[in-house]
Amino acid sequence: MGTGILSAAYIAASILFILSLGGLSNQEKAKRAVWYGIFGMLIAVTAIIIFGPGFTTLSYVLLVPLLAIGALIGKTVAQRVEMTEMPQLVAALHSFVGLAAVFIGLNAALQISGMDDQHYKLTNAELLIHKIEIFLGVFIGAITFTGSILAYAKLAGKIDGKALILPGRHILNGLAVFFSFMLLIMYINSSELWTLYLMLLIAFILGAHLVAAIGGADMPVVVSMLNSYSGWAAAATGFLLGNDLLIVTGALVGSSGAILSYIMCKAMNRHFIAVILGGFGNNSGPAMDIEGEQIAIDSAGVASALEDADTVVIVPGYGMAVAQAQQSVAELTRRLIASGTKVRFGIHPVAGRLPGHMNVLLAEARVPYDIVLEMDEINDDLSNTDVVIVIGSNDIVNPAAQDDPNSPIAGMPVLEVWKARQVFVSKRGQGTGYSGIENPLFFKENTRMFYGDAKTSIDQLLTIVT
Amino acid sequence: MKIGALKEKAKNERRVAMTPTSASQIIKLGHECFIEENAGITSGFSNQDYINSGVIVLKEEKSLCKEVDVLIKVQPPTIDEIELLNKNKTLISFFYPGQSESLLSLINKQGVRVVAMDMVPRISRAQKMDALSSMANIAGYRAVIEASSNYGKFFTGQVTAAGKIPPAKVLVIGAGVAGLAAIGAATSLGAQVYAFDVRPEVAEQIESMGAEFVFLDFTESQIDGAQAGGYASPSSPEFREKQLEKFTELAPTIDIVISTALIPGRDAPKLWLKDMVSSMKTGSVVVDLAAERGGNCELTVPDKKILSDNGVTIIGFTDFPSRMAAQSSELYSTNVRHMLSDLSPEKDGQINHDMNDDVIRGATICYDGEITFPPPAPKIRAIATQKIKPVEKTKEELETEKATALAKSGKQQTYVLVFGSVLMLLIGAYAPISFMQHFIVFALSCFVGFQVIWNVSHSLHTPLMAVTNAISGIIILGALLQMGSSNIIITILASISVLIATINIVGGFMVTRRMLQMFQKS
Repeated sequence: MGTGILSAAYIAASILFILSLGGLSNQEKAKRAVWYGIFGMLIAVTAIIIFGPGFTTLSYVLLVPLLAIGALIGKTVAQRVEMTEMPQLVAALHSFVGLAAVFIGLNAALQISGMDDQHYKLTNAELLIHKIEIFLGVFIGAITFTGSILAYAKLAGKIDGKALILPGRHILNGLAVFFSFMLLIMYINSSELWTLYLMLLIAFILGAHLVAAIGGADMPVVVSMLNSYSGWAAAATGFLLGNDLLIVTGALVGSSGAILSYIMCKAMNRHFIAVILGGFGNNSGPAMDIEGEQIAIDSAGVASALEDADTVVIVPGYGMAVAQAQQSVAELTRRLIASGTKVRFGIHPVAGRLPGHMNVLLAEARVPYDIVLEMDEINDDLSNTDVVIVIGSNDIVNPAAQDDPNSPIAGMPVLEVWKARQVFVSKRGQGTGYSGIENPLFFKENTRMFYGDAKTSIDQLLTIVT
Repeated sequence: MKIGALKEKAKNERRVAMTPTSASQIIKLGHECFIEENAGITSGFSNQDYINSGVIVLKEEKSLCKEVDVLIKVQPPTIDEIELLNKNKTLISFFYPGQSESLLSLINKQGVRVVAMDMVPRISRAQKMDALSSMANIAGYRAVIEASSNYGKFFTGQVTAAGKIPPAKVLVIGAGVAGLAAIGAATSLGAQVYAFDVRPEVAEQIESMGAEFVFLDFTESQIDGAQAGGYASPSSPEFREKQLEKFTELAPTIDIVISTALIPGRDAPKLWLKDMVSSMKTGSVVVDLAAERGGNCELTVPDKKILSDNGVTIIGFTDFPSRMAAQSSELYSTNVRHMLSDLSPEKDGQINHDMNDDVIRGATICYDGEITFPPPAPKIRAIATQKIKPVEKTKEELETEKATALAKSGKQQTYVLVFGSVLMLLIGAYAPISFMQHFIVFALSCFVGFQVIWNVSHSLHTPLMAVTNAISGIIILGALLQMGSSNIIITILASISVLIATINIVGGFMVTRRMLQMFQKS
């Protein structure tokens, strides 16, 4: 009877998970959708604790404190985390899934090495598949684990965020994959555990190296890619345990991460493979000469232009998150709306370090989500806009993407802010910023540079705009 | 260095090259400022205003010229003034070197360095010093005001109890800076404005100012305006013919004509002929901003306002900017101040006359006893060359393109499906049945996942990642199943997995909920 109920619980949980992801199609449904997910999880975990095979008294004794401690840590982290730190949190959580997948894979390997083949009631072909499953589960899990740890460290600023380019890095990666494959064949033939351990080490290094070679503006792709990997790791674990719920969930998460990566790459006009292989910017020719100069403006000038404007579009980027300026921006928005100005936000898909990061930051600052628009929704309106304020973003508003075929970002879809009547760019200084690409926008006639830390600058505006 | 401004001697010249505001800015550059007594009176600045800004007011023109290193003026220097200058001195003023060669050689003999404000190259970096544009802007505005004060009716159309008043029809010829300013002023007074220019590329600017571009049905390719530094160039006789024909057709309906057509270095083209004036309604006004160079209208008398036989007022004033001396002095002095700040880049009160700088080189016409006019062609074009517009695709072409794209993607999809099926068959042929059952589940879930995730809103991608984080914590099931093992290592590893998977589940769901709660509708 137990197995039947367990299967029923799995079906229920699978459906609830699908509903939970599908519910994220709009903001109102989404609030309900999370509950689907939570119930699905509760049903699955409860069912397996009650009806699952192989539970001993010891495991029940262990279970209670483990679940309690885990829940407590999870709750604390979830309540304390700043919204600007979301990318780090997501990366850290990915690493947990990876690590769990590694442990479970190792356990499965330990189990079969402790028994002879007949005992395990497996045919030869089944055993072969089972070994491949174990190997793959550990491999993907290990890459996810170290990759996520490194992504976490980069996003949290614990290590330098720039891309680490080792000489011959493609060959190094190729060798790592090749050796892992050799070890897989040896493991299949010998069942020796050391092959598995050696592969684990190689995979750990490979994961770290893969992420180390990617930096800066490519981080959203990395995070969504790791999201995908964590899903595939869960699916591989499901295969080796023969557990359909794990397979379903892993496949859902895996495909979700894959689609996010695809959307991010598309938004940067870069090939997924090129992003994964890391490195950035191999110019195919000299960049176009930029004429003109960057003209600075003070807060009084920006304020009076804002007061005269009927329509304002704000384009936030990672700089806003770094300066924690979202509350000030939101306050400015409220005041402008109160004085009858039409204010909207234009969000580029890769703004920030996490897909949808800007939306969450603005939502936290209580900016209503219906004035926060996507790039495609707002691009056509920009030519009828009086004032555009660019806060801490650079590449996503770079006209070189359209004008200069030699630019490293040529062909990337960008927000065409230069079509507006007046553009103010809030920026720390005259530098080229993260990607090192010169931005002709700053030299345009209708652009004025509003130098200074984003938060300080906007706060200055708030003292003038009423 | 000592910077001094003279009182303008020319008749009808009310402007001054230094205002109290510009003086205080110049002082910030480390210079000292001097001004001749009463120089600012006609622009509305008293001597006391200057003294309050830290300017030293000198009575005598002579002593001022002796005292200062840099002399700033509006009008070109008179012969008397030139005699007061010598080498080591710099003069900044309008000069029109192309039209006043004798004056140029005279001042060159004195060894004076001359920066001509009218020779500032038209590149974007130099816009802040472009005095011609700032004066033209004022002239355009003032032309409309003059026209309106000489026109006996409203500009704006009204429907009143006493009857309906149609709006005045204004034709602006030449859409340079002055023309555009005139369009702006006339439309804000409520007139219905038409504008003409030989450069078709300015049509967009004209329309952006609220006027209607007078379209000429003529296909000859005009010389690209960009090559002439953004100015108009002479047109062919056929083109002129067509143009005059259009104007003759328009003349009876137009109430106000404001003509600003000038070609650099030439007399003004005659565009508004006698018979056009005579076909205009009585009371109409023609304002000719090109009067100084002979005028665009055949009847224009420079510096005079005349009445034609059929009662059309023709205004040929040449001092429009000077008629708004307060405003024009303010703008001109700012242009000069920017020139000075480019000349003293270190802001230490020292003049560094850098002849390698494109802008300074272009504007300098005399340098240490040498005539440096005309300047070499600037390295940078004033405005970008006209782009060749891509040929618009017709509807059919677009549709066929769409269809081929669709067919192509359909083909690709077929290949993928065929390849996938073959792969499946291969796996199915060798893999055990238990694996295949799980594989079906896996393949279907991937498919469902793809369908579902595409619908997720862009703005919810971060919550999506958090919630997938949480549900990938389902890996806890695997750990739970392994916890009961008799092998102690397995139990330990499984326990750790349970712990971290729990963090994932609880943390992931809670942070998602926290985020979603923040999304609010306005």
